[in-house]
Amino acid sequence: MRTFAIAFAAVLLAGASFAQEQEIKLKPGTGLEKVEGNCAACHTLAYIPMNSPFLDAKGWEAEVAKMIKAYGAPIDDADAKAIAEYLKSNYGS
Amino acid sequence: MISRRHLLQTAGAAGALAGLPSFLRAQTAGPALTPGVPPGVGSYAAMASLPGKKPLIRLADRPPNYESPLEYLRTPITPNDQFFVRYHLSDIPEVKAETYRIKVGGDGANGHVELTLDDLKTMPAVEVVAVNQCSGNRRGLSQPHVAGVEWGYGAMGCARWKGARLKDILDKVGLKKECIEVGFNGADGPAYDKTPDFVKSIPTWKAVDPDTIVAYEMNGQPLPHFNGFPARLIVPGWTGTYWMKHLTDIEARISPLGNFWMATAYRIPVGKFPIVARFISQEAVASTPITEMVVNSLITSHRDGAKVNAGKLTVSGLAWDGGYGIRRVAVSTDGGKSWSDAKLGEDLGKYAFRPFSFGLTAKRGRNTIMVNATNAIGQTQVSQLIFNPAGYHNNVMQSITLNA
Repeated sequence: MRTFAIAFAAVLLAGASFAQEQEIKLKPGTGLEKVEGNCAACHTLAYIPMNSPFLDAKGWEAEVAKMIKAYGAPIDDADAKAIAEYLKSNYGS
Repeated sequence: MISRRHLLQTAGAAGALAGLPSFLRAQTAGPALTPGVPPGVGSYAAMASLPGKKPLIRLADRPPNYESPLEYLRTPITPNDQFFVRYHLSDIPEVKAETYRIKVGGDGANGHVELTLDDLKTMPAVEVVAVNQCSGNRRGLSQPHVAGVEWGYGAMGCARWKGARLKDILDKVGLKKECIEVGFNGADGPAYDKTPDFVKSIPTWKAVDPDTIVAYEMNGQPLPHFNGFPARLIVPGWTGTYWMKHLTDIEARISPLGNFWMATAYRIPVGKFPIVARFISQEAVASTPITEMVVNSLITSHRDGAKVNAGKLTVSGLAWDGGYGIRRVAVSTDGGKSWSDAKLGEDLGKYAFRPFSFGLTAKRGRNTIMVNATNAIGQTQVSQLIFNPAGYHNNVMQSITLNA
């Protein structure tokens, strides 16, 4: 397990090139802050527009459930619901 | 705990961009995308260079998932700096050659040993030219679309890999009769410690195949960091999921590996695909692990819809399969009514890309060109997608239009 201290040092070392990290501007909407706060901890938010707009409500709910059950994401029920709502309203089919 | 070990992902090195078609130097990846991928991909994907790489289609940067545009797939060997990049998890350390070790052991082995990079290099070296194709290559073309990394045509490449035979490594510890699988872990891991680490296994019969190697060279050079430095597993004929990068652990097993990446992910429905290579210890009633690649081909000389001059022209591309070898590539210019043989190019071995080319006379207006590869055991491509929930094994015959 690695620490935040290492992560912080990495950010400093990466310097200017870090600024060129993929910038993903998700659509504004209810629940966006839950998406940014939870999903972006482990992966780029690019996975959201990438998988759009073809997933329906059930499809997005299944993706959120997979992140929690299969990948162990520490997201509580209220946040999971808000995230799925945001995804189906803004990136659903 | 969540860590961010996401070091510099993009370097807009102008030097790396010289000599490329203008659209590959552009910021947006739109023109480089394969037609048919979900529209959302075009809303953000850009051409971007990882350190040591030419611009690739950046589908995701954390974890890095970068696809080769069609223009990089015109030769049977894909240059290292044009080779696609695929990771599941975003904690990717830069492994140092001096401190690198591979641990070999497990309950299916008689002993254990630790190997350095120099140890690997002093073992008998073998070379194999082999296609590395992501299981999900062309997932973005599935109809209906399915969730995942929405690759177009370019999550694949072919290189000359040099390394030690896995069998020779396993001989150092000795396999028990009961050993049914060999498992592999790499140095990369999850950002969050509850996420299952990416660990995979292959059946013992494939592990001891003389063509299965642990490679420390790719096209005569050390492996690029983003393709698995210092050493990775090469499983010729099989999809990329088994080709563990930054290999750190080799585990002989007397029981099937039952993690998420084996039991849930990377599986195909039983009976839908003409697959010869079986992974019996991982088979279930309804699904079975993906193993060998299906026979496939791709026109790379032209993009669909390209403008050409009327008159004589040559269409060319690449064909490949799961390691039986390409016997024939057929081309049709009348919508599939009649077929002629394309000329096959240099044969770099049964696991390699096989180039093909076909001369034709383009008439004014629309010209359609279809291709269909046949391998040495008589398998051909399909005309209709064999749908499966993860979007694997898309070998639908390609049909492109050239406008003269």
